[in-house]
Amino acid sequence: METVPLTHILFVSTALFCIGMYGLFTRRNLITMLMAIELILNSVNINFVAFNKYLYPYKLDGIFFVIFIITIAAAEAAVAIAIIINQYRTHQSIDVEDATELKF
Amino acid sequence: MGITQILFWILAITAIFSALMVVISKNPVYSVLWLIVTFFTISGHYILLNAQFLAVVNIIVYAGAIMVLFLFVIMLMNLNKETEPQKSKWLKLAGAVAGGCLLLVLVAGLRHTEKQMTEMVTGDIGLIQNLGKVLFKDYVVPFEISSILFLSAMVGAVVLGKKEPRIPVETEMRKVEETQQAINI
Repeated sequence: METVPLTHILFVSTALFCIGMYGLFTRRNLITMLMAIELILNSVNINFVAFNKYLYPYKLDGIFFVIFIITIAAAEAAVAIAIIINQYRTHQSIDVEDATELKF
Repeated sequence: MGITQILFWILAITAIFSALMVVISKNPVYSVLWLIVTFFTISGHYILLNAQFLAVVNIIVYAGAIMVLFLFVIMLMNLNKETEPQKSKWLKLAGAVAGGCLLLVLVAGLRHTEKQMTEMVTGDIGLIQNLGKVLFKDYVVPFEISSILFLSAMVGAVVLGKKEPRIPVETEMRKVEETQQAINI
């Protein structure tokens, strides 16, 4: 059975990372920016799993890194959404350009 | 071309297309739905990479919990219409140039790496039995620390999301005086 070379998987994760970065730069909505961050985290996860399979196929260290990244992403999403709801309550919008009170 | 490669190409193209749709689509609800498609394709990649448990966890945690939370918040804030203000053309151009430059550099760096083919291993390395053994033997301390992280995140989310009580000061003072009078009587 033929398998996919490692570089192809790395290309996919690189493309996902760059798409997420573009989304982070161009969107103004706080929630869609958070979604772009989730996309970036997932591209990193693919890298960890791919390197775990191709370099150390009998170990599980990469998979545990991914599990802890998912844990931290869940905690981060909860706290970030709480902050977004709080900002919506005080400013009636979740546009990043309306949140100028922390500038300087 | 084996079945693994065909699956890989289908999954890769779907993942990149749906990720682009996440970024491009103007309606945040469609963004979330495309992001769920992306997470499913990423789970497919995990299964191809011998990490079956991780694929299931990815679907449960991301597509099941986090995305539902996002969708809920978007519905709560009435953002489900295509009125999201966009950034200016120049910022879009700058974002495209920055993302494209990073993509170019990484692809150019990856192009000359040697082709690493995997050796065939049995497919059950990523199953829950092996994972559990290693998790509770070698990774006990990070596991416990992540529980503390969850506790603090939960407390933080509740404190941040709590509504302020907003009782006027005078009524509170009056209440205190009334209770004091009641005690004196």
